Amino acid sequence: MTDGMKNPAEETKPGLEPLLEVRQITKRFPGVLALDAVSVKFYPGEVHAVVGENGAGKSTLMKIVAGAYVPDSGEIILQNQQVNFAHPVEAFAKGISIIYQEFNLLPDRSVAQNIFLGREPARFGIIDMPQLNKNTTSVLEELGVEKLISPTTLVSSLSVAAQQIVEIAKAISYDSKVLIMDEPTAALTSVEVKMLDDLVRRLKARGMAVIFISHRLGEVFDIADKITVLKDGQLVNTVNVKDASPADVVYMMVGRALDHYFPPLGSAQDFGEVVLQVREASNDFLRDVDLELRRGEIVGVAGLQGSGRTELAQALFGVVPFKTGAIEIRGQTQMVKSPYDAIRLGMGFVTEDRKAEGLCPKQPIRDNMLMTIRALQSLFGFILKDGVRKSRKLVPTLGTQVDVRTDSFDREAQFLSGGNQQKVVLTKWLASDAGIFIFDEPTRGIDVESKASIHDLIRGLTRQGVAVLMISSELSEIIGMSDRILVMRDGRIAGALPAQSREADIMLVATGHPGRNGSDRGVETRKE
Amino acid sequence: MTTLVLDRSGFQRFIRRIPPVYVFLILVFAGGAILDFTLSDGQMITNPAIQTNIFVRSVALGIVAVGQTFVIIGASIDLSVALVISVTAVMTSFIMQGDPAKVPLAILFVSAIGVVTGLVNGLIITKLKVNAFIATLGTTLILRGILNASFANYKGSIPRSFEYFGYGRIGPVPVSVLVLLTVVLAGWFILARTRFGFQLYGTGGNIEVARLSGLRTDRVLIIAHIVSSLTAVLTGLFLVSRLRAGAPWVGPDGVYDLESIATTVIGGTALAGGKGGVWGTIGGVLMFSVIDTLFNQLGVNPFMKNILRGVIIILAVASYTVRSKREAA
Repeated sequence: MTDGMKNPAEETKPGLEPLLEVRQITKRFPGVLALDAVSVKFYPGEVHAVVGENGAGKSTLMKIVAGAYVPDSGEIILQNQQVNFAHPVEAFAKGISIIYQEFNLLPDRSVAQNIFLGREPARFGIIDMPQLNKNTTSVLEELGVEKLISPTTLVSSLSVAAQQIVEIAKAISYDSKVLIMDEPTAALTSVEVKMLDDLVRRLKARGMAVIFISHRLGEVFDIADKITVLKDGQLVNTVNVKDASPADVVYMMVGRALDHYFPPLGSAQDFGEVVLQVREASNDFLRDVDLELRRGEIVGVAGLQGSGRTELAQALFGVVPFKTGAIEIRGQTQMVKSPYDAIRLGMGFVTEDRKAEGLCPKQPIRDNMLMTIRALQSLFGFILKDGVRKSRKLVPTLGTQVDVRTDSFDREAQFLSGGNQQKVVLTKWLASDAGIFIFDEPTRGIDVESKASIHDLIRGLTRQGVAVLMISSELSEIIGMSDRILVMRDGRIAGALPAQSREADIMLVATGHPGRNGSDRGVETRKE
Repeated sequence: MTTLVLDRSGFQRFIRRIPPVYVFLILVFAGGAILDFTLSDGQMITNPAIQTNIFVRSVALGIVAVGQTFVIIGASIDLSVALVISVTAVMTSFIMQGDPAKVPLAILFVSAIGVVTGLVNGLIITKLKVNAFIATLGTTLILRGILNASFANYKGSIPRSFEYFGYGRIGPVPVSVLVLLTVVLAGWFILARTRFGFQLYGTGGNIEVARLSGLRTDRVLIIAHIVSSLTAVLTGLFLVSRLRAGAPWVGPDGVYDLESIATTVIGGTALAGGKGGVWGTIGGVLMFSVIDTLFNQLGVNPFMKNILRGVIIILAVASYTVRSKREAA
């Protein structure tokens, strides 16, 4: 923090030294400035929430503090000493623990074995089992959970919340001073969130600095003392919870200009009949989903991480199907129980994780393009003869249709740029004549230029009568592309908004805070 | 708070700790005994000598399978054990040449071979980052090449005194069975009660978690491979003691590489690592021995027993995946 800027949040703790401070931290990834001279102070006995949209730099900042990334410039000051971490082990040894969203526990080992992994009490290499259990019990007692979790229980038989407590116990057993939690409440029930809340208060009382990343503003305002808002890699502000309202924070999180040109939205005469209709469909992740998709329109699906966006796409495409409810495709009730069903019914799914789910990176571009056609062919047909003839004609056509830049279609797909890879994924579905396209994060990790051409391609599809459901965590993309916008929260479609709604309106529905800023513009929030 | 901890009673937990392979073992033994009674003379139950023989049959595979269990818990694998067994058998009888005075020298020499092989396997896997399957396949081929180039047939012999390992008895109990029991108990103790054991489970369970907890995972894996090679050496010593001379084919002919992996997996040790133990493995080994004995009793073509082994491997492992799916749901 530069000397001239006096932050109101700092004045509340006169005379108290920050436990951890980051100064002017900058981190650049290829093509992205992830953090731009961010400075924050974290005080002992304080819960400090870091909030921001997806891609704002929250996780990057936390990973730098925890030693998983090395910053390009800037300083980390821990208890008045500058520290440099080359590896998470070093940060851990200095008392900074981080609990990631994916658990870092051994499921087939006991609670005690997990907490004291690598530090088991032993004599001549032989474990002192009673001592191990005693040490574990005393750690669990410090958290007040010794009656709930036994040292000898296998971690895999614990609930998600209990596993999280075990991770916290592990951090405490290392005598950590700073505890970072990445979305700790994402998978918890409300009772469990309350427990975590109590636990965090205990940690505060121990004089620890608790930092947590969250999307759920409600919980942030319940638990945190301070909130730091990041946006596009820059620090917006650090505020005291009691001086701010959720609407203020939402306003700080959003409100930026669209960063590139989008193709024109569709108009009423472009939209045709309903091709996909879902009624009251539910599964383990989704509840009472109703939606309609028309020929020629793009429906954007917004929502925070964990709100069920990807699960919606997977349910529609039969990856994790709906268990109840009805799906109608072109007016006929259909069962979509597997991707094979979905493809047969003319759906295409451009997945979020291109490398893992969209492409076979080590196969030639040609084979990637023809994959869906081959999937629909009989397993016992002769691919050799038919495939060669088809590919000779079809592949170059497809290639020009989406403008894949490559010198040869026999090149392995892994050597293409992200944008070109995404185009190859698209051709898979063009080749199978899909009429309903689902895009999950169509431009994640793609450079700006390719982004624009992918956006043009998607809009071009709708002009050929294709219906598009587009999931994105980039609000600018949702607003720039969508003819209608659905907002998801907690596995439901929480609201439907018209084209060109404001970011703030979308965020309010997504965070569950219909506040004073948004409702005047026709936000249609569902009753729960 | 029932939502928080899915706790089980002590009895249930004890039952769950018994590897399910023992259910299969009992079923196979019971089914075998019935077949034996109806089709043959029923000696599988009535004749203690035949029962003892079930255990003696388990010694060779049992010892090396304990070592294999170690590497598999560490999420690695060791294909080189069969050739280490051959090298041990050949070198032992070659060095001993029937001279009792050379027994210690021979044992020392083959142990050194075991340590070096395990060390090389471990170093290739951890430092050169070669997949364990490929790395140990490579060392297997190297050992086979050296062995086949140097020895074509039975070489040398062991002195009478060394036959004690293979044929001796203490009271009614064969010495070799006691050795196997000692190896199993030692294996259990190391895995369940020592730091190395705990760290091996950590390394195999999730190598990133292990590193973040400060474990030197490379070292842990290298030691596990040395343990594996040393158990192969011990199996080789047992075999040469039974056969009285070593030949290059004793390891590969016994299929100790694949069978040690199969029995480990049947015993409930996850191929992905981090889970399992030697008691399950030894249950798998005993089951193989029961099948062998049964086919002997019935006088059926011994190659047929592979069909039953194959079926059992698939059934056992399938039952685990179905079980764990049910638990996850």
